[in-house]
Amino acid sequence: MIEVQNIHKSFGANKVLQGISGKFKPGVTNLIIGGSGSGKTTLLKCMIGLHKPEEGNVLYDGREFTNMSFEERIEIRKEIGMLFQGSALFDSMTVEENIMFPLNMFTDQPRAEKLERVNFCLERVNLEGKNKLFPAELSGGMKKRVGIARAIAMNPKYLFVDEPNSGLDPKTSIVIDELIKELTEEYNTTTIVVTHDMNSVMGIGDYILFLHQGKKFWEGSNKEIAHTDIEELNDFVFASRFMKAAKKNF
Amino acid sequence: MNFTNFGKYILLLKAVFRRPEKFSIYMKAIFQQMNFIGVGSLGLISIISTFIGAVMTLQIAFQLVSDFIPRTIIGSVTRDSSILELSPTISAIVLAGKIGSAISSEIGTMRVTEQIDALEIMGINSPGYLILPKILAGITMVPVLVIFAMMLSIIGGFFGGTLSGAISAADYIQGITTDFNPYTIVVALVKAFVFGFIITSVPAYEGFYVQGGALEVAQASTRAVVVSCISILACDYIVTQLLL
Repeated sequence: MIEVQNIHKSFGANKVLQGISGKFKPGVTNLIIGGSGSGKTTLLKCMIGLHKPEEGNVLYDGREFTNMSFEERIEIRKEIGMLFQGSALFDSMTVEENIMFPLNMFTDQPRAEKLERVNFCLERVNLEGKNKLFPAELSGGMKKRVGIARAIAMNPKYLFVDEPNSGLDPKTSIVIDELIKELTEEYNTTTIVVTHDMNSVMGIGDYILFLHQGKKFWEGSNKEIAHTDIEELNDFVFASRFMKAAKKNF
Repeated sequence: MNFTNFGKYILLLKAVFRRPEKFSIYMKAIFQQMNFIGVGSLGLISIISTFIGAVMTLQIAFQLVSDFIPRTIIGSVTRDSSILELSPTISAIVLAGKIGSAISSEIGTMRVTEQIDALEIMGINSPGYLILPKILAGITMVPVLVIFAMMLSIIGGFFGGTLSGAISAADYIQGITTDFNPYTIVVALVKAFVFGFIITSVPAYEGFYVQGGALEVAQASTRAVVVSCISILACDYIVTQLLL
């Protein structure tokens, strides 16, 4: 489980996060949602240590992460997998080398074993046989799937996903969402997805944390979100005419 | 660089020299960088050094027109200028343009496309993994390139001088072999070592802290070359003052 306690983060005079707290359980898909500039990516970066919050703690199964030294953090980071918004694949490496990279760095397995793991991960994301392609030769959806394969290569306990559906068509978005949900349930990972895609919210949001203007505004499940009366949340989730009409049927 | 940037540069270097996660991976990266910096720049350095040697011989011959000065002096001056100043400094400035901009844009692009964040999330010391192999390759290969540059500059001087008739082959050879002080080679190699460090570490610093997109990467690349060139000239003066 990952717990965030009273996280505050500012950039100059701009207070981006103001006392965010929440608990993200394993085996369920946790979503952080909110409008542009609401602080969701900043919260994610505070959780993984790319930003240092001015106040507050992040706990990984009770281990206090925020004030750890670089060396102490390495142990927790080996348990983290992350899919970035732009996939962040290493351009100079093939798909196979990208996925094998963390295995090369942190394990002493023989090459055959590592290759077996790479092929398993590729198979898991339905990209068998794409080992030798370079990131520039992949479509957006394929890049995301390779990003997921790389993220799960080390069998992570914690999986972070930043805007998995950005730039993808609706069908591919659903494939990615379902893949994230399946992996979360299969490996009992603590998965945190930052998104503002309403299909994801309604489809895979077991636990949802809604941020508005840097504050936690609401938390609950996708079943509860349909019946909320909170105006800011309704304005965000049911912004389109289609979603407004759909809400009546929930 | 102002003091804040200098402080950040020192802190980055501290992170660069942390213990590597896995030596075998770093060794592979070091050899790749040695190939890129050394073998990849050999052609350019050869052309530039040969022509600089040739032109320098012609200019020295033009300036030393006196019956009281033996013609062999042209060879001696060409040799010492090539070894002490022109080969290390001109090579370093050319390499700062070629290698420095490549390093800065490579690391800068990795920064803006979140590849560096990806390394950090995996628990990898990104400054060490990305910058250490480049610095080690720089401080080993730039001296090698400078040795080539010295030789080719002196050879270029021979052909430039003899083909133009500015000096006879015998005078030139006598000039370059008379009163040779091997300590000048040591000074040149110390300079090359320092320049190799600057050429790789300054652009790496500029690239590593890029924020924004393509425009900022390009600006960082330009800044990397400018700061590297100024640093090379400043260090050239300091090393010369200290060692001669």
